Amino acid sequence: MPQLNQETKHKINFTLNGKAVSGYTEPRTLLSDFLRQEMALMGVHVSCEHGVCGSCTVQIDGKAVRSCLTFAVQVEGRAVDTVESLADENGELSDLQIAFRKHHGLQCGYCTPGILMSVEAFLEINPKPNEDEIREMLSGHICRCTGYTGMVKAIQDVVETR
Amino acid sequence: MTETSSPLKYLGQPIERIEDATLLRGAAAYTDDIPVPVGTLHAAILRSPHAHAEITSIDVAAAEKQPGVHAVLTGQDIKELTEPFLIVLRVPLDQWSLAVDRVRFVGEAVAVVIADDRYLAEDALDHIEVKYNPIEAIIGTMDAAQEDAVLVHPAAGTNVVSRRDFSYGEPEKAFAEADRIIENTIDYPRNSQTPLEGFVVVANYLPGEESYDILSNFQGPFTVHPVMSKALRCKGSQLRMRSPAYSGGGFGVKQAIFPYVVLMCVASRKVGRPIKWVEDRLEHLTAAIAAPNRVIEAKAAVMNDGKIIGLHFEQWDDYGAYLRPPMPGPLYRQHGIMTGAYDVPNMTIINNLVMTNKTPSGMVRGFGGPQIYYGLERLIHTIAVELGLDPLDVIKKNLIPADAFPYRAAAGALIGSGDYQQALEISENEGKLAELKKHRDDMRAEGKLYGIGYAAVVEPAQSNMGYLSTINTVEERKKAGPKGGNVAIATVNIDPLGTVSVTADSIPQGQGHATVLAQIVADEMGLTPEDIIVNMERDTQRDPWSIATGNYSSRFSSSTVVSAQMAAKRVRAKLADIAAQTLNVPAEDVEFAGGQVFAKGNPENTLRFSRVAGTTHWSPGELPADMAPGITETATWSPPELEPPNDKDQINTSLTYGFVFDICGLEVDKVTGEVRIDKYVTMHDSGNILNPLLADGQVYGAFGWGLGIALSEEFVYSEDGSFLSGTFADYLCPTAPEVPEPQILHMVTPEPFTPLGAKGIGEGNVMSTPVCVANAVSDAIGIRDLQLPLSPSKLMSLIDDDEPAAPKSIADAKPATSKPKSGRGLSGSGQAIVPVPPTEVWDTLLDPVKLAAVIPGCHELDLVGENSYTADISIGVGAVKGRFQAHVKLSDLHPPDSVILGGGMTGPLGSSSGGGRVTLTAVDGGTRVDYDYEVEITGKVAAIGGRMLDGASRVLVDQFFKRLIAQIEGGDANAGDAAGSWWSRLLKFLGAG
Ligand code: FES
Ligand code: FES
Repeated sequence: MPQLNQETKHKINFTLNGKAVSGYTEPRTLLSDFLRQEMALMGVHVSCEHGVCGSCTVQIDGKAVRSCLTFAVQVEGRAVDTVESLADENGELSDLQIAFRKHHGLQCGYCTPGILMSVEAFLEINPKPNEDEIREMLSGHICRCTGYTGMVKAIQDVVETR
Repeated sequence: MTETSSPLKYLGQPIERIEDATLLRGAAAYTDDIPVPVGTLHAAILRSPHAHAEITSIDVAAAEKQPGVHAVLTGQDIKELTEPFLIVLRVPLDQWSLAVDRVRFVGEAVAVVIADDRYLAEDALDHIEVKYNPIEAIIGTMDAAQEDAVLVHPAAGTNVVSRRDFSYGEPEKAFAEADRIIENTIDYPRNSQTPLEGFVVVANYLPGEESYDILSNFQGPFTVHPVMSKALRCKGSQLRMRSPAYSGGGFGVKQAIFPYVVLMCVASRKVGRPIKWVEDRLEHLTAAIAAPNRVIEAKAAVMNDGKIIGLHFEQWDDYGAYLRPPMPGPLYRQHGIMTGAYDVPNMTIINNLVMTNKTPSGMVRGFGGPQIYYGLERLIHTIAVELGLDPLDVIKKNLIPADAFPYRAAAGALIGSGDYQQALEISENEGKLAELKKHRDDMRAEGKLYGIGYAAVVEPAQSNMGYLSTINTVEERKKAGPKGGNVAIATVNIDPLGTVSVTADSIPQGQGHATVLAQIVADEMGLTPEDIIVNMERDTQRDPWSIATGNYSSRFSSSTVVSAQMAAKRVRAKLADIAAQTLNVPAEDVEFAGGQVFAKGNPENTLRFSRVAGTTHWSPGELPADMAPGITETATWSPPELEPPNDKDQINTSLTYGFVFDICGLEVDKVTGEVRIDKYVTMHDSGNILNPLLADGQVYGAFGWGLGIALSEEFVYSEDGSFLSGTFADYLCPTAPEVPEPQILHMVTPEPFTPLGAKGIGEGNVMSTPVCVANAVSDAIGIRDLQLPLSPSKLMSLIDDDEPAAPKSIADAKPATSKPKSGRGLSGSGQAIVPVPPTEVWDTLLDPVKLAAVIPGCHELDLVGENSYTADISIGVGAVKGRFQAHVKLSDLHPPDSVILGGGMTGPLGSSSGGGRVTLTAVDGGTRVDYDYEVEITGKVAAIGGRMLDGASRVLVDQFFKRLIAQIEGGDANAGDAAGSWWSRLLKFLGAG
């Protein structure tokens, strides 16, 4: 990696929710802050910034990653997807989003975008998980509102119907 | 106007939430997402690393010179510009939004930096120099209650700042006549439901109006609005509080934002710019609030058949360093219902309110309930064990009889309805208790530690705004005037095209209130919930509000909905009157359905809803003669049952009282101490259910947190007051594998004291689940004294271990049963080979210039006395970096063989003290350096987690020796700097690298 100067802003080019974008950022700027403040994606939620809660999860090249533990400069040349990419071009919610609504898988909704991004990445690798596997995957996220039951049911519903 | 109603079509149905389409897209604007005024600056707060200390000086000169910094405020600024916060007691417990002269808990705000952005504001914090003179900290609640204890507030003259005795019925007689007196003492820990979204404040001082415009995620109650405006020396109307429609969870906690609202108002006034502050996770866990920890000495006067004839509760509730309004609510919110689900006419209550050097206590879901039921239901279980009875029989023996409702409890609660016996019967049958008991027998026969627990809980909702005045004596209350009631407010409005909009005085935190309001109003108007626009923002300059406004005490389903339905009915009545003219029928024969307004029995004779509504806008002249124009109605409602406390100190603390009965079957793993919840049944009588999908959501959520309380969550302090739970890796919230799905059961006895018949449902399991789990654990392991949370290490230390030897990895892990005396203890030892003879190593260690080059992050090292140095050092542990002042003393010098190093460091992130021995031995190829050290760390660094610290200290020691070798070899000491690799190791540890 090239030497980056702490004080100056660096240009980064990457793909964001399917579109080529670029922006300027200091090396110390977190990806979470960059996506929120520079890219105006308020679906990226920040709760702990210690890498524990999972609220800030986005996908980088299809893998679920904590954006609070990633520097913005690290996504140079990569593809970043956030919750804003889930609904289709017409704004219709995805089957996973609809299932979350149906099963009351969210209350305050603060944990939800990160969880949706993790679930999508997980189902790519394991399209037919059982309940234990679903719960195990969800253990990378903290939800303070729901007790998880609704979201487990929502994911099971999607696993069955996809 | 005549009131009519359509049959309910949506209310009571599991309607999906109207909020979700926005939330699921990530499009909901939480406070931090809302655009701020041009020129907004950002704040970062410097916090105390000490639990108790005098502030001897604060030097902000260097911080003010940092790039992007506009101002630095300290306690002196705050003292000049604000009044101390009002509290409920007449005791001198002065507190401001920044510490003045003294800090009283780790994390207390000491100074605030205002800068162009948050990164720059945080950078500047490191340049504020605060000198402290530490004082002994008082942490244990019962220690603080001792006569000779160090005082948290010397002016108060005591740490027990309020003590009141209450006696109901004839408790002395009951205790004299009882067959047995059975006691149990509990010590409920500090915890909080810790919403994922922290506090956010944007404050803007408007000089023209001398007013403050605040956008924040404050959740109410607005009883603290006057507290803030008094502090700011402004009129209520000059403090405009706005809250957005979406919040990332509240659970009561976001009430505690108010000191920061005042702080940011002052900062905005001083700097002349809008100021934004966003709390981070470490700040939240350390300094936001906690539910008060509480010691309860509970005694029951019982007959041999298990009948309880009297109760005696003495409580010590720990409010931490300051009494922040509306504290001490948790000590009194349940006061009227201290006898729980039981018919016990005689009771003594003694309430002690204790101050300690911990984070101030505040509102958290359950609000005193988890504490009280932990005391009461553990006592019931203990009675059963001592009398050799089944706990379920003891519960049944004492439940309030089904024919006794409405029932007035000894301390004043008026319970409108219930049938607790039936609730138990349904739970036993549908929860298959007989099978569960058989399963317990089977498991025990296999040698397993299996237990069953129960908990019966009366769940109060909609607080009486006067309950807290019970803390004052009858005479004091007479002087102050009676306090009671709880006002609910909602508005229904219709626009010219017939769109119905609703606002209401709940400030929802994720419960789905907009959906329920839409259901209620849709039913009245003959529309669908999607037709109704609900705006849950609140603005104290534009919307009606009362001190009761906000989201707390489960008031929505018993109160806010009532005012919404009243407003909707009034609008409907008006529309019916208008339509009656055209339809040519009496108003009471006008019906609303499917977007039409029509004559009863003749749906052909109909008008479009929008057309009727439009009349009030387009042609007020066409309205019936005596009708006011426009179509907007605001309804307010306050239930008459919420009377002020009477002269006997009886108080109906809440409007509605639901009932919860839980059964838990669990196994305690003999080898790991882990609790595995095998079965959990939770029965709720919440009166009429407004939306079953959302009601069950509340139960699932409360159950999830209840398990956290029971098994893993605790804010831990060491004896010197260091806070040790500063990350979610230390404060353990349950995740999906730990929270099984409970079996939820419902029954309905409608609440007579609220028109929709609904009781609360959101707090019950927070009260029932912790104690139900504890009762089951007690049943499993046969031990009475259980201290929450029941972590594996704690349980391991309680279980007899004549069991098969644990796997080695587990056997090696020391159970962390005792808390460290001071901060986090770190110790280690090791060896390094340096390729030069001992004398050369020795010379390097004793040469200040060389040593400075060897110590990682050392900027300056001065010799201040014989073998005594001071140094200025930067250290980074993970994301927390800081500059420290170190002093090091070398002693017991045996050149060139061994030396003892002692000393300590202080800085904004905390302090440390400790020492170690270094021994040099000549070996083949150079010198073997053996070292061992023991260090105790306090402050922020201690809070972020032992997991990281151990690794970090090893890295630092490793760096030290690499640099030592490099220095001796004449190379660049920085060559050995492992900072880069440390960072990548941290990332790897956290799963991101
Ligand atoms: S905010 Fe990134 S993991 Fe919590
Ligand atoms: S829905 Fe609130 S944190 Fe998950």
